[in-house]
Amino acid sequence: MTATVFKAEGLTKTYLTGDVAVHALRGVDLELFEGELSVMLGPSGSGKSTLLNILGGLDTATSGLARFKDLQLTGIGEHELTLYRRHHVGFVFQFYNLIPSLTALENVALVTEIADDPMRPEEALDLVALGERQNHFPAQMSGGEQQRVAIARAIAKRPEVLLCDEPTGALDSKTGVLVLEALTTVNRELNTTTAVITHNAETRKIAHRVFYFHDGRIARMEVNKQRLEPHEVKW
Amino acid sequence: MNALDKKLLRDVMHIWTQVLAVALVMAAGVATIIIAIGAHRSLEETRAAYYERYRFADVFSGATRAPASIVERIGRIPGVAVAEGRIVKPLLLDVEGMPEPASGLAISLPEGRPPHLNDFFMRAGRLPKADAGFEAVIAERFANAHKFVPGSRFEAVINGRKRVLSVTGIALSPEYIYALGPGDVMPDDRRFAILWMAEETLEAAFDLDGAVNSVSVKLMKGASEPAVIEQLDQLLARYGGLGAYGRKDQLSHAFLDSELEELKGMRNVLPPIFMVVTAFLINMIMTRLIALEREQIGLLKAVGYGRAAIAWHYVKLVLIISCIGIVIGYGMGQWLGHGLTRLYARFFSYPFLIFDNSADVFILAAAITIAAGLLGASSAVWHAAALPPAVAMRPPAPTAYRTLMIGKFNPFAVFDQMTRMTIRHMIRRPVRAAGTLLGIALSLSVLISSLFVFDAIEFMIDMLYFRADRQHATLFFSDDKHMRTIHETARLPGVIRTEPARAVSARIRHGHLSRRVSVVGKPAGAQLSRVLDLEMQPVAMPRSGIVLSDKLARLLDVTTGNYVTVELLEGRRRVFDVVVAGKIRSYIGLLAAMDMDSLNELAGEGQVISAVHMAVDTSRTEALYGKVKELPAVASITLQRVSLARFRDTLAKNITTMMLVYTSLGVIIAFGVAYNSARIQLSERARELASLRVLGFTRAEVSRILLNELAILTVLALPIGWVGGYSLAWLVAKGLDTEVHRIPFVIDRDTFAWASVVLIVAVALSALIVRLRINKLDLIAVLKTRD
Repeated sequence: MTATVFKAEGLTKTYLTGDVAVHALRGVDLELFEGELSVMLGPSGSGKSTLLNILGGLDTATSGLARFKDLQLTGIGEHELTLYRRHHVGFVFQFYNLIPSLTALENVALVTEIADDPMRPEEALDLVALGERQNHFPAQMSGGEQQRVAIARAIAKRPEVLLCDEPTGALDSKTGVLVLEALTTVNRELNTTTAVITHNAETRKIAHRVFYFHDGRIARMEVNKQRLEPHEVKW
Repeated sequence: MNALDKKLLRDVMHIWTQVLAVALVMAAGVATIIIAIGAHRSLEETRAAYYERYRFADVFSGATRAPASIVERIGRIPGVAVAEGRIVKPLLLDVEGMPEPASGLAISLPEGRPPHLNDFFMRAGRLPKADAGFEAVIAERFANAHKFVPGSRFEAVINGRKRVLSVTGIALSPEYIYALGPGDVMPDDRRFAILWMAEETLEAAFDLDGAVNSVSVKLMKGASEPAVIEQLDQLLARYGGLGAYGRKDQLSHAFLDSELEELKGMRNVLPPIFMVVTAFLINMIMTRLIALEREQIGLLKAVGYGRAAIAWHYVKLVLIISCIGIVIGYGMGQWLGHGLTRLYARFFSYPFLIFDNSADVFILAAAITIAAGLLGASSAVWHAAALPPAVAMRPPAPTAYRTLMIGKFNPFAVFDQMTRMTIRHMIRRPVRAAGTLLGIALSLSVLISSLFVFDAIEFMIDMLYFRADRQHATLFFSDDKHMRTIHETARLPGVIRTEPARAVSARIRHGHLSRRVSVVGKPAGAQLSRVLDLEMQPVAMPRSGIVLSDKLARLLDVTTGNYVTVELLEGRRRVFDVVVAGKIRSYIGLLAAMDMDSLNELAGEGQVISAVHMAVDTSRTEALYGKVKELPAVASITLQRVSLARFRDTLAKNITTMMLVYTSLGVIIAFGVAYNSARIQLSERARELASLRVLGFTRAEVSRILLNELAILTVLALPIGWVGGYSLAWLVAKGLDTEVHRIPFVIDRDTFAWASVVLIVAVALSALIVRLRINKLDLIAVLKTRD
């Protein structure tokens, strides 16, 4: 049995927008295991991103418990959350969020400079097959390339978890495959626990585990007996 | 209100802190315009009205003793409208409770009518009567300093005899708006009085029955002043005429003139600085706002708003910001203007001094401010209006950065990623970086140029009181005395050392240029009262030749080795040519000095002196004062220590106030520039910073990136600000360079340091406020939106 990396129990999140309370999470229980790649599916507003943000230390829960290994994520302070992100978590977003004034290599170095045991930035770029483009600025790269730089940046510190919020959302299918391949490569080679939010249901086939979200809850969970490679998935 | 205007108001509300920072800079500009023009007008117009109402004369002359009938002949000089004679005599005053003697100037009043010229404003009481003993109307400031009211009494030495004067009234005169006692550098209300006494009383007291020793003339419109002066001098020559002079050389008038000049200087320097900074800040804000609203502009155009409507929309925003600045500026201007008026009240005696509030100044200030704002916004607004809707709806092209490789060498390699981001960001927007740098440098310049005045004053005090005039006291005689009088003064109690001095009124000419000055004779080897050369070394008076203060030399366009013509205006009124033997330093008035013996020789009146400088045993000053009050020959006494204390006190109050104002203005610029620059960066880079926070950078680290740029620009701005401050200080010194006074152009290193510290604190404060905003960055919201 592989070790539990994340454990959430009865997690809720309520936002107040003006006078309206939006219940983004209505009691979520889940477990993510070491080295697994999980895919989270569900319509917009079903709570996927909120959960990911809480697990990644970007947001706090209204009630319930969330734990990363031995670290209780619910109830700790801002500074601890920052350190948690710095040392344990890698993020990939739909809109890359690269620093425009730094080259690909420098964007990765930004993280390796503050990490405890990072890989070399070049190595991280090689992992996402971008070794050749390391001296280009974001404005000089395609969307897919930028997203792969973002992945390289996220994994360069050898994070224990990689959280991806619609990493292929802004990309065409061909480019999306390249990005997913980068993710599976990282997951396989570095044994990084990975969670990917997507709107593309076919993507579930590359995962170990699939969570279906509905209305702030996890409606069901599937474990894939047979996984596909990204290029085998039909889009 | 239409939808677009609602958007406008909400835009303003959204960026209110930035709006306020710009508005403050605008307000400072408006305020400086209002106070410079307003105060200039207050002084000038009040002075003009005061002169008019109380018939201030145009030409003045002293004489030893002229028959009263001369006045009628003077009245017949072509161009003279009114002429009047009077008696003006110095007195020594003994006021109870004040050990040191005070100086007074007694002016005769015609019997039974107000004077035709140089009338005065009676604040209280009545005119003196001739048959009621020694009655006098006294100047208000002296009265206030000693709490004298009509009915009060004090003693005066009148022509060698001690008399009790009784106060009948309190008055102010246009002739003594700035009332400087003999030998003083600052008005001293306690120690200098103007006294108006009945003509008959003074005639009797000074043996001047049927005679006058002072003449005032009012000119007809269009009359030639020099022509009248020439004829007046001819008429008075045989009666010991002391050389007529116009208002330009009348002390009080000249001081006011120099103050007006200073205000003009302020008007020409400060408002332009604020307007330049205003234009830059508006440019910075509008450029950013329009970049943020690019898609909205596209949408507005798509639904049918035209170019003009879009342009007008953003122009209105500039107008709103300007209006806020103008309103604050009006308030600041009013407040500072009244403060300045109160400040003037310390120097100048006006019966009334109202800060000029006329609408045109306000309109002018508003117009200039709006113009600066619109100028600053013009390129951004033009860009918004010209943006094709299809282009506007697309996101802007990503910002392109470049590596600056020098061959294979990457100059950035030495820096960490954070520093690289900062430097590339600055290089990417060079105009804004340069503008921010320049704004910060300008603010430092304003700070230095305001603080430098302290250095100048200290230097001046050191020079005036400790290097040049080192005597403790100076006795001025009412008439020139023989050299042997010096022995009598040496016997006065507490006197350790004496040094004679001679002063003769003269007109110095060089070609068509001339100035009326007092030529001072100094004995060889003078130790107490010395003149210093431009290198601050005491000048050994040449046996032949004259030394001139550099200002006087400049006015006469002469240099060492040139000859000037000296026309003595006293005694035998000799005229002689003399070589300019050197230039000397002086900060007050125009100074010409010669060897005393040669001056006496050239004047042809034997060995005479007009004053004695004394070094005094300070433990015996009271005894000395007591004795001096009884000396018939003494017209007045100057006390260096009292004079210095007065100098420091007045300047300390005034300069501290002015410095506070100027320092605040400098800080407002620094704050406005630094805050806006950091805020706009934060707005542009929020995404970057949020990304870094997500990656695990702490708030402090993220703030560093943003504030690094400000720090680098501030450091780069320091040397530029120092040079700018040096130049601005030079301009200030130049603005204060008039015939009546100047200030030395010296800036201590401390001043640069202090100004820099104030600047850095102001920048740090604005950075701190922006830092608080970084703490509030919504990481998720920023990252979930497309840039």
